[in-house]
Amino acid sequence: MSSPTTVLQPTGAGIGPPQIDRPSPVIRAVGAAAIVGTAVTVWLGLWVTPPDEFMGEQVRLLYMHPPVAWISFLAFGVAACSSALYLWPRTRSRRFDRLAGASAEVGVVFTGLTLASGSIWGRATWGQWWTWDPLLTTTALLFVLYLGYLALRRVPGEFDACARRSAIAALVAFVDVPIVYFSVTWWRSLHQAPSVLNPTTGKTYVHGSMLWTMLLGFVSLTLAYVWLLGHRYRLARFQEIEDSEGLEVALAERRAEAVIA
Amino acid sequence: MLRDAALVAGKDLRIELRSKVALNQVVPFAAAVLILFGLALGPDRKILAPASAGLFWVATLLSAILAVQRSYAIESADAARDGLRLSGLDPAGIFLGKAAAITAELLVLETGLAVGVVLLYGAHLAGGLVLLATCVVATIGLAAVGTLYGVVASGLRSRETLLPLLFLPIVAPVLLAATKAWKAALAGTPTHALGWLDLLVVFAVLYLAIGTVAYGSLLEDG
Repeated sequence: MSSPTTVLQPTGAGIGPPQIDRPSPVIRAVGAAAIVGTAVTVWLGLWVTPPDEFMGEQVRLLYMHPPVAWISFLAFGVAACSSALYLWPRTRSRRFDRLAGASAEVGVVFTGLTLASGSIWGRATWGQWWTWDPLLTTTALLFVLYLGYLALRRVPGEFDACARRSAIAALVAFVDVPIVYFSVTWWRSLHQAPSVLNPTTGKTYVHGSMLWTMLLGFVSLTLAYVWLLGHRYRLARFQEIEDSEGLEVALAERRAEAVIA
Repeated sequence: MLRDAALVAGKDLRIELRSKVALNQVVPFAAAVLILFGLALGPDRKILAPASAGLFWVATLLSAILAVQRSYAIESADAARDGLRLSGLDPAGIFLGKAAAITAELLVLETGLAVGVVLLYGAHLAGGLVLLATCVVATIGLAAVGTLYGVVASGLRSRETLLPLLFLPIVAPVLLAATKAWKAALAGTPTHALGWLDLLVVFAVLYLAIGTVAYGSLLEDG
């Protein structure tokens, strides 16, 4: 990518829209691959693969729900790693702050999708929208945890201070995830025996075309994650440039108007 | 570090003793919450008594938010926070001191709440030692997270709404573990509480450690 100073410039006499560079070819290639992969997954999942012996047509959620859930955990993992890299003095760079914010935001979207698709699946197989299953409960808490993190990121302030408190908050939240999972699992296991309706047991029956479709789902959605991450990262960079240079551009435009008048 | 912590804790507690804001506002708030739970769940003691452990801890969590906000409200007046930064005290000491003061205030409040659940919900307090140990360890965990997020949120314009959103999901395991430990103790099976107590200890130690390391840079940013 080009250096920030060449990205947003007053054009000509300072009148007209600023020039913004285009996304890198890598990001566009990833985006194209993600779209094709997802389309093929949908085709395989809805038309090619057979209905499941036990779950029937509902098994088709298998091609979408686990990959979406995987992305939310991956995204929060990436956010935590980049936050740690930002806090580490030797690797401190605005890049890691942008990456953490972008990844957490994409992660929250995918966590929302995980909860929605999980609820729909639960309604179809268990007969209810919600059960206090350890994974479900952990995911729901994760969703609100990172909504809080994003809310904190949105609070305006000096860049370094914002980035540092966001990074610390991301790590504090991430450390909580295993504790939440452990406590919730324990909480449920004391109450009832592990449920036979656990969605993971469905995986025992996965084979052949179903397995390949699910794997393709994982790959396509991971590509989609990288694509979204790349675009969100770019947007964050433009916002920073806008914050630092926007005023100067506006001033230059006003001055140019004054000269014409 | 510990000397600094004692100084800060002493200062915070002295302010609370003199201003009595915690006594006049947080304690009545907790009482109101207990009464509202009673209204929400109905007058039937068969429902209220088994739920009393959970309701006790939810009331404690909600009061903890107020205690943390109060703890940072006293720093925001008269540029006290700048004074704290200039005082040359060890930031880790400041963190531990503020957490200790919040712990002490919440423990006093929990004593009142325990009386409340006995009187209002008809709970029978049993396994006193386990109850007490749970209160101490869980409250240290709450205070550690609260002090850490309190300094993150303090000085921000939206701190009143941001703090509960950040604080409550993080302390969900404390609510869970403390409630289970209390339930085990009240049911007369205190040995079942030991695992949950371990979890509370891990939580408290972890967040005390994070706070001790991270507090300095967070305090500087304010």
